[in-house]
Amino acid sequence: MLKILKYSFFDLMRSRWSYVYFSFYLLLSFVLLFLNNDLSKAIITLMNVIIVLVPLIGSIFGIMYYYNSREFTELLLAQPLKRSSIFLGQYLGVALSLSMSLVLGLGIPFGFYGLFKSNIIWDFALLLITGTFLTLIFSALAFSMGLNNENKIKGFGYAILLWLFMAIIYDGVFLMSLIMFEDYPLDKLSLVGIMLNPIDLSRTLILLTLDISALLGYTGAVFKQFFGTNLGLLISFAMLSVWVVVPIWRITYKSKKKDF
Amino acid sequence: MVTIQNLHKAFGHNQVLNGVDLDIKEGGIFAVLGPNGSGKTTLIKSILGMVIFDKGSIEVLGNNIKKNADYRRQIDYLPQIANFPSNLKVKELVKMIKDLRGKASEEEKLIKLFGLQPFMDKKLGNLSGGTKQKVNIVLAFMFNSALIILDEPTTGLDPVSLIRLKALIQEEKKKGKTILITSHIMSFVEEMADEIVFLLEGTIYFKGSIQELKDTTEQTDFEHAIASILNQNHA
Repeated sequence: MLKILKYSFFDLMRSRWSYVYFSFYLLLSFVLLFLNNDLSKAIITLMNVIIVLVPLIGSIFGIMYYYNSREFTELLLAQPLKRSSIFLGQYLGVALSLSMSLVLGLGIPFGFYGLFKSNIIWDFALLLITGTFLTLIFSALAFSMGLNNENKIKGFGYAILLWLFMAIIYDGVFLMSLIMFEDYPLDKLSLVGIMLNPIDLSRTLILLTLDISALLGYTGAVFKQFFGTNLGLLISFAMLSVWVVVPIWRITYKSKKKDF
Repeated sequence: MVTIQNLHKAFGHNQVLNGVDLDIKEGGIFAVLGPNGSGKTTLIKSILGMVIFDKGSIEVLGNNIKKNADYRRQIDYLPQIANFPSNLKVKELVKMIKDLRGKASEEEKLIKLFGLQPFMDKKLGNLSGGTKQKVNIVLAFMFNSALIILDEPTTGLDPVSLIRLKALIQEEKKKGKTILITSHIMSFVEEMADEIVFLLEGTIYFKGSIQELKDTTEQTDFEHAIASILNQNHA
């Protein structure tokens, strides 16, 4: 698996898109830091961008790489390699190179602006960790969509739909249901609802550590009680890990049964 | 060498292989023939483990292929359509496959034989169909494996390269290797094959030497013998 990972990773490192993605984050964080000169405000703005953009890019890159490397895959299948290691190697190649663009693209400018001397280093680390988790989750989902659909257009469509659902539609439905059942106690329900969507989970996690939860009123206080504690943090990361593991399990399962 | 028992495979409602029993002995050139869609490629891909069959069993060199992927170390495979990652250079591709196999190889000789030296630094996406096929052939023959599977090896080759390929196949046969070929070019098959296997509607219709085929169909010409099988069946 490591050999496949190596080749996929270097293949992507040579592609123009990895650099475009990297430069985008580099530019974005330089501009943000230049404009408001405040690390912690820049983190909040970045969070809003990352929470939507990272899953989108992860989905698109994942699905594109899967379909583009079909030929490569066929070549590898005739070699003495396990199927699961071929697909996992390719998946990790995509996910790691995207994560690297993210971490370096954001890390370099913040480093220049004195991140390491400031006290928000943990907040920033959390931003990078959730960003990496979201990359891992959405590229894995995209890969399993690819394995399920022989047809490129269909696979691409499903991956984008899934992103749209998680990033936008889910929130809408969630909000509507909260309004409809507002007469009932909804703390637990909304907690569970947030847990089930990795994008919402990451957003809440960052918002609450940034200590702006006072803005969120009573609900914010309930959430703070949960996410603010070590146990809540642990459960949140466990949930994000489940979101990584389940699609990866699907990739290995599907790849064993597929005809080429 | 290869033992196939009661092999079944369907793609959706399309039953492609319907109980194939085949025993390929060590040494010699075997040609798998059949009309379009008769399941030749599916049979070959089943041996390679690229197609997951529904029923039956395949053993390669005494190893059941469902158990692990390591038996593919003993197989060299030439795919029908030469599809390579297009942003890789020929040199890098050869190096990569060598690295993945982790086995001694003799690519230098083959590269020279097919005159590929000027293309080594070119990207695979920029090569012509015939040149790609030559790269394909180099990759297939460079590891001295006991079983060589060639799916339509003649596609896109010029006459000079075709002659070299034939010589190469004969040379490998002399080393005692087993070579499995599918082809639509009857003259190529007649020249090369020691034994032919004729697939029809997912089962083996005929297995034997070319002479035996001519005798059973009462034809003097190989191409006509094949045609007569098909005509009989469609009549």
